[in-house]
Amino acid sequence: MSNKESTSRTLFVALAVSLVASVFVAGSAVALKPVQIENRLLDKQRSILAIAGLGDDLSSAEVKELFKTRIKARVVDLTTGEYNDSFDPVTFDPLKAARDPKTSTALKGSEDLALIKRREQFTTVYMVEQGGQLESLILPVRGYGLWSTLHGFLAVKPDLNTVVGLGFYQHAETPGLGGEVDNPKWKGLWPGKTLFDDSGKPIIKIVKGGVDPASPEAGHQVDALAGATLTSNGVDRLMQFWLGEQGFGPYLAKLRQQGA
Amino acid sequence: MSKHTAKEVLLNPVFANNPIGLQILGICSALAVTSNLKTALVMSIALTLVTGFSNLFIAAIRAQIPGSIRMIVQMVIIASLVIVVDQVLRAFAYSLAKQLSVFVGLIITNCIVMGRAEAFAMQNPPWISFLDGIGNGLGYSAMLITLGVFRELLGAGKLMGIEILPLAKDGGWYVPNGMLLLPPSAFFLIGLIIWALRTWRVEQKEKPAFRMANQVVDKEAY
Repeated sequence: MSNKESTSRTLFVALAVSLVASVFVAGSAVALKPVQIENRLLDKQRSILAIAGLGDDLSSAEVKELFKTRIKARVVDLTTGEYNDSFDPVTFDPLKAARDPKTSTALKGSEDLALIKRREQFTTVYMVEQGGQLESLILPVRGYGLWSTLHGFLAVKPDLNTVVGLGFYQHAETPGLGGEVDNPKWKGLWPGKTLFDDSGKPIIKIVKGGVDPASPEAGHQVDALAGATLTSNGVDRLMQFWLGEQGFGPYLAKLRQQGA
Repeated sequence: MSKHTAKEVLLNPVFANNPIGLQILGICSALAVTSNLKTALVMSIALTLVTGFSNLFIAAIRAQIPGSIRMIVQMVIIASLVIVVDQVLRAFAYSLAKQLSVFVGLIITNCIVMGRAEAFAMQNPPWISFLDGIGNGLGYSAMLITLGVFRELLGAGKLMGIEILPLAKDGGWYVPNGMLLLPPSAFFLIGLIIWALRTWRVEQKEKPAFRMANQVVDKEAY
């Protein structure tokens, strides 16, 4: 006790405590990682099912079952618009691919509407099927809002033009303002809107000050979020990006040709 | 050091020395996570466990901790426990962990944990310190659960997500008070609870810090 305050003793206690604490923390992190990864996957699948309108608040067994029977995932080459079956869509991680220079392309300033810096070459799309018939197509989208990258899914009808739903499963926008992208009321504005004009250019737009339902434009306009201009702009730009030539443009053009 | 009995350290913080009600600590999370009972309960359990075990470990090595780095040592122990709790929640209660978001991590800076470590665990043996931590956690929990019940029941007509009061918009009779789901309402409720506590237990009233002098000049301030 007499030399409790000495420098060597202080160093020793600091080291010993740090060592024990780090073993403890690292141990729990490693031991629990598999369960956490499965949870994240389930959470993502759950949001895909919710956006496709197959149900909210599903149990994990229901999610797994629905995913197996109703949803087909496929990896798409965004540059050519072709499917690429050399990847396993279950384990393929588009976000990881977007970080790797080998599997992604850097976006130049004017191309980078969604402010994501790099776009992956391959990504996973999900098809909701009913008896072999395509019911809706779900495309992953992401883009920068005010504080964070919004990660979400856009579901479209087989005409590849009408929205079934748009939802974000991960973001860190201001709660109560930009965070209202999660508000069911706002998400409810999206279904039925049309994405493209006759020439195939994306015309979906988020407008401030309210959509005039009488206007001929109303079919592809969505009300902006009140008090969240930058988040609204972010969602608007990410839609432009992912529906455009840099995003799913080539893929959607291919599908239209095939008359899907 | 036998002045604390187990019953006393365990039950005193619930009413007589409530960490939120009397010491006014831990208000931040009490506002943020009490809009429904489920998150309030999970947060209560998490904080109670962290306070209990941090007190236990700190008390166990209190004779070894040099005074110059004692705060940092306490922080390391508390932070490790919070990370473990966070990891466990993410593994076994993912959707709840998502709702609680940063607030589980912020238990690290919750004044109750740090306060009990410094005020109690540094001077007392492990077992009684553990009970003191659990007791203070229970005090915090009692307040959070009260708030959670009030806010969820009157704000959304539900408890634990199960409908109790049929809502007017679904054909029932209850029109929910949406303000109770917003954080400021917890402020009003905590104020009312403190008022009730101090009316019931008069010894909790604080002496006024100063007294207003009588007005001696016969005109208004300008």
